[in-house]
Amino acid sequence: MENQRREWVQQGLHLSGVCIDYEGERLIENAELHVEPATIAALLGPSGSGKSSLLRCIAGVQRHNSGSILWDGADISTTPAHKRHFGLVFQDPLLFDHLDVGANIAFGLRFTDLSRAESRGKIATLLDMVGLPGFERRSVSTLSGGEAQRVALARALATEPRLLCLDEPFAALDRDLREHLVLQVRQLLRELGIPAIHVTHDHDEAEAIADRVFMVRDHKIVEYPNLLPPSLADLADGE
Amino acid sequence: MQPVNYSRAGLIALAALPLTLVISLIAIPLVVLLVNGLGPESLDVLVAGSTWRIVGYTVIQALLSTLVSVVCAIPATYVLYRLRVPGRRILLALVTVPFVLPTVVVGLAFRELLPFAGTTAAIIVAHAFFNIGLVIRIVGGVWGQLDPRPAQVATTLGAPPWRVFTDVTVPQLRSALLASAILVFLFSFTSFGVVLVVGDPALPTIEVEIYRKAIQILDLNAAATLTLLQLVIIVVALAFAVRLQAQVSTGRNLTAETHREPIRGLGNACAVAATGALVAALLLPIIALAARSIRVGDGWGLQWFVEIFNPTDTTTRATTAWTSLTVSLRYAAIATAIAVPLGVMAAVVLSLARRGRTRLDTVISLPLGVSAVSIGLGLLLFSLTGPLDLRGWSLLVPLGQALVAMPLVVRVVLPVLRSIDPRLREVAATLGASPARAWLLVDGPLALRAAAISAGLAAAVSLGEFGATAFLVRADAPTVPVQIVRLLGRPGEANLGQAAALSVILIVLTALVVGLAERARPAKSTGW
Repeated sequence: MENQRREWVQQGLHLSGVCIDYEGERLIENAELHVEPATIAALLGPSGSGKSSLLRCIAGVQRHNSGSILWDGADISTTPAHKRHFGLVFQDPLLFDHLDVGANIAFGLRFTDLSRAESRGKIATLLDMVGLPGFERRSVSTLSGGEAQRVALARALATEPRLLCLDEPFAALDRDLREHLVLQVRQLLRELGIPAIHVTHDHDEAEAIADRVFMVRDHKIVEYPNLLPPSLADLADGE
Repeated sequence: MQPVNYSRAGLIALAALPLTLVISLIAIPLVVLLVNGLGPESLDVLVAGSTWRIVGYTVIQALLSTLVSVVCAIPATYVLYRLRVPGRRILLALVTVPFVLPTVVVGLAFRELLPFAGTTAAIIVAHAFFNIGLVIRIVGGVWGQLDPRPAQVATTLGAPPWRVFTDVTVPQLRSALLASAILVFLFSFTSFGVVLVVGDPALPTIEVEIYRKAIQILDLNAAATLTLLQLVIIVVALAFAVRLQAQVSTGRNLTAETHREPIRGLGNACAVAATGALVAALLLPIIALAARSIRVGDGWGLQWFVEIFNPTDTTTRATTAWTSLTVSLRYAAIATAIAVPLGVMAAVVLSLARRGRTRLDTVISLPLGVSAVSIGLGLLLFSLTGPLDLRGWSLLVPLGQALVAMPLVVRVVLPVLRSIDPRLREVAATLGASPARAWLLVDGPLALRAAAISAGLAAAVSLGEFGATAFLVRADAPTVPVQIVRLLGRPGEANLGQAAALSVILIVLTALVVGLAERARPAKSTGW
């Protein structure tokens, strides 16, 4: 079965035997993970479990210690982050506060050959998509937490990434907003056909957004059956 | 949560002492100088083409010095604050040492070292030598604590490393870069010893011209007019700078921890190599000076070190090194004891006050830019013509040195206080602490550490101060820099050797004081 699966998995992201150390301790051991095109994977785990480190290694802003990260079958382990075309959204929006909303979204377009007019059109479309039409000239300091996070999402989507890495992007938002945004983001990614890895410690959020749920347990990545009753899920979470 | 409100009266009271020191020690000498000097002839000085040539030259050399200092400091700042380099603390101490070295001594070292001494380029190199450490410290304090994630986001958006630097990092550092540039500009603008020793005699700066007019030509009128002109330019520059800084002030993406990464890639390797070259270049003049101090005739020896403690010269009034060292250390202790508490008070007010901050900041920063020569000259004139003869007053010199050191104390302590989340005080207040107690609990411990570090800087400044001290010091009790200049004023190898030996002792003493104070820096978070 393993062999069958291997052939099948060539497309999309594939992690093979990835190990990550933190201050001399093994954080992630032999991680195996596969994200197929146009699917959303959730990566669950308590804080400090290494799920964010794994995501950063995938995005390329951190180095893993051994193993390989493959995209469409090609090893990208040593490809620098700016050549991977993976988007990254953190828990904090981390907008560039010397730029306005429009310039934040357009940031990644500086490194493409898009014309000024095309960029403008793209920014407007993205702002429409995330529900903030007409926000181009707004200063980032005037945004609410939810608005800022939507801008961060639009900024990551502007460069049309091959994969979106989401590191607890809704954790700082209140519950109603979070639930609303989770659904919105899921729909958006579906429409655009962009695969994503969504790191979270919230089981409900993982279930709501993802097609497949993985979990960090004892430094390993295990796939989690999607349709587990909530009570059992809580048990597993508390482990 | 309720913001913790600090009473306006309390803050004003706290600001009173530092303001008194600045105003009395700057205003009195300047008023005396202007009253004695300004007259109808002043207009002639102001409309003279030569005056404006001097002003223009002073501004241009200061701008170039600032540019070179800041640009040269950037790779080293990155290496020392963002990368894991072995011996980081020692390297940081080494790049800081030039800043606190006596200007005249370094000027001499450069004159011996540079093939192009006596040119504008030599002035710029010497100014960069002094100020690079300052830029590294100020910019590094912010850079070391920048959240790495915005840069990571930029990378994932396709920005190559150098574009991350220009498009994300530099904007985040704008405020710190500007702050350090202002300081370097002020120091270079009013620099005296360096320009006097390594500059082109045909191209004086305002400061050198004031000195020449006052001391050599005894044209008090022109000296006072130039002093006034210099002050006006400084006040305008400071006001502009403070305003600009308020505009670019960001600093929201700072974290409590420091983020240092392993050295990796070609870019990092180049930056490390550049830092190594910089440290070597900074050490070169010091090494040249040390070599001079042990060079006796055609050989080597410690003769000059022996002679400064046991002068054999009976023709001139000989002062042993013991005397000047004792005087210098005593003055340094007093100046530090004055500058640190007052500087901390000013920093506290600047970190808490809601209104009048920029004005207070401008006044407190004045000593950084006001000519030491005019202060010294003004106080001297005050003693000669005023109601009080201050010449014998033993506190006068350390007070003057404290005046110069205090703004630096503020610059060290203020960023630390500003980095404290005000919500911590609010939490303390909700737990029942009074505003004063909340400050003591939250800000107090950090302020104490920062004060200890700034004490090293204050003592070093006092040990090396020359411009004002030269006018005010008693003939039988010179400070070490004054003694060095006296030795340099006499001919012969023995005097040069002794001056070099005394310089080496002063450098060691300064390094010791700064190094000792640096121990107060927290071992883990060395962002500041």
